[in-house]
Amino acid sequence: MAIIDPRHAATQLIYERVFRTATLGAAILVLLILGGVAISLVRGAWPAMAHFGFGFVTHEVWNPVTDEFGALAPIYGTVVTSVIAMAIAVPVGFGIALFLTELCPPLLKRPIGVAVELLAAVPSIIFGIWGLFVLAPILQKHVQPWLIKHIGHIPGIGGIFHGPPFGIGILTAGLVLAIMVLPFIAATMRDVFDTVPPMLKESGYGLGATTWEVIWNVVVPHSRVGIVGGIMLGLGRALGETMAVTFVIGNAHRVSASLLAPGTTISSSIANEFTEAVGDLYTSSLIALGLLLFLITFTVIAIAQAMLRRLERQAANT
Amino acid sequence: MDTFTPAGTILNGASVQDALMSARAVNVFYATKHAVKNVSLDIARHQVLALIGPSGCGKSSFLRCLNRMNDTIQGARVEGLITLDGQDIYEARQDVAQLRARVGIVFQKPTPFPQSIYANVAYGPRIHGLAKDRGSMDELVQTSLERAGLWEEVKDRLSQTGTSLSGGQQQRLCIARTIAVNPEVILMDEPTSALDPIASAKIEDLIDVLRTNYAIVIVTHNMQQAARVSQRTAYFHMGDLVEVGTTNMMFTNPQQKLTEDYISGRFG
Ligand SMILES: Nc1ncnc2c1ncn2[C@@H]1O[C@H](COP(=O)(O)OP(=O)(O)OP(=O)(O)O)[C@@H](O)[C@H]1O
Ligand SMILES: [Mg+2]
Repeated sequence: MAIIDPRHAATQLIYERVFRTATLGAAILVLLILGGVAISLVRGAWPAMAHFGFGFVTHEVWNPVTDEFGALAPIYGTVVTSVIAMAIAVPVGFGIALFLTELCPPLLKRPIGVAVELLAAVPSIIFGIWGLFVLAPILQKHVQPWLIKHIGHIPGIGGIFHGPPFGIGILTAGLVLAIMVLPFIAATMRDVFDTVPPMLKESGYGLGATTWEVIWNVVVPHSRVGIVGGIMLGLGRALGETMAVTFVIGNAHRVSASLLAPGTTISSSIANEFTEAVGDLYTSSLIALGLLLFLITFTVIAIAQAMLRRLERQAANT
Repeated sequence: MDTFTPAGTILNGASVQDALMSARAVNVFYATKHAVKNVSLDIARHQVLALIGPSGCGKSSFLRCLNRMNDTIQGARVEGLITLDGQDIYEARQDVAQLRARVGIVFQKPTPFPQSIYANVAYGPRIHGLAKDRGSMDELVQTSLERAGLWEEVKDRLSQTGTSLSGGQQQRLCIARTIAVNPEVILMDEPTSALDPIASAKIEDLIDVLRTNYAIVIVTHNMQQAARVSQRTAYFHMGDLVEVGTTNMMFTNPQQKLTEDYISGRFG
């Protein structure tokens, strides 16, 4: 029989306690920080909320001179640029991830993987500069005139490509965001696809499934939770991205149906105007914008969680 | 049957009358590793062929040649001739998906898809378009599960995930999934090595029943299992096929010293 040293056992117990307490403390700290952020945002935003009420989120006018502030334009800009970004980055990122894990010749796997990771490491200011000096002129000269000419006059959808080609604007911001979130989505999805057990894929092949069928019926269902996670990670970044967007969106507090028109987002409004915000109401309105972003992000995460739960239930029932 | 032998000798007992599949001078390489060396071996109809031998001797490598699973491994190369009903399965116009529908495989660990029990079984028939409507699919799923001896245990929970079953049930689910596409040959790579004795015994009984409809090739490390379930046994050693014959003969009167040593547990 093993002889147990009681002192050793006692130290073990102490370590165990210390470890437990430390991890619990860390977990509580996260809650405290989150709560603290929420409380200070609400307090800072309170004057504006009290003054404008619900109208704050439905009014478009943003006029520091007359002290009139409405958040509709930044909310609209934030949502639309993020939607554009996700509409492009999700399918492309999905494709990159699938290519890297399932189809890529081994020789290319590393170079492409590294390139994706490097893209994620480029500071956002670089994307901003690139968007302003390289992408925007190209769009202005070549892409936007074509869109205006060929789609702009179609009734219904034509409205989204209307007006003069500024180069900068909502569309450009959406494109820059797409490029920025792409590596995150691609890298997360690739990592998830990589976790699919090889034997599971082989079972698919073993039943006579083609590569495509194995991807759709084995790899994707097995990774759906991770796929949604990757999308949400990208969306979170797109919603909050500030610097690059500020460079290329035009910073106009305006809601315009045309994607070619300049606009603004919540985070770029705050970044642009915080230093020059004079007057309590102005500052408070900017903080209220921050609170809104906080809520939007929060909602996105909540929806994501709900989706994940539904996916899991579906997985059980298919 | 031996007329198209490309090269090398064929061991006594390696060929059979009216073989369903036959391998001639098959070599498998992984990059530079020569894993299977010049193996010629037939697979008979309605019979279980056991592949035995020490770890790393090339049993799985050979098995996986038979439905071209090695195609999915980077750097794997297969040489030689393998036929199914006289057709070269490695020729360019062979549809690999079709081949694998005819030569199914069951792996060492149960690998149910992350879907319902029903969907797991229905998967193969679905991709190969084997069931015309919901009704015939239901029927196909039921008969497959029945043949795999799992129906009674799961008939009330077909919509639960396959992973919610026990290990032995999962493995029978995987067998049902393979049966559902109505293959001619079933390859099994150590199908019971992750299971307890009772679950293993069920699978063994099942194999014996399945033999009436399918040709079965099973890799196993368990000598008793090989003796119980197979009619023919082939002994591999370091990539070579050393000896092959009726299971009875192999276990009572092996001709090769290596075989005898392995079977009597002197190494391996
Ligand atoms: N994917 C691979 N890449 C490189 N070498 C491999 C690969 N698969 C198998 N090998 C090598 O080929 C040889 C035969 O392997 P194989 O898996 O066929 O053996 P086995 O008889 O099935 O062994 P076990 O009983 O342990 O499953 C071994 O030396 C193994 O290391
Ligand atoms: Mg093996």
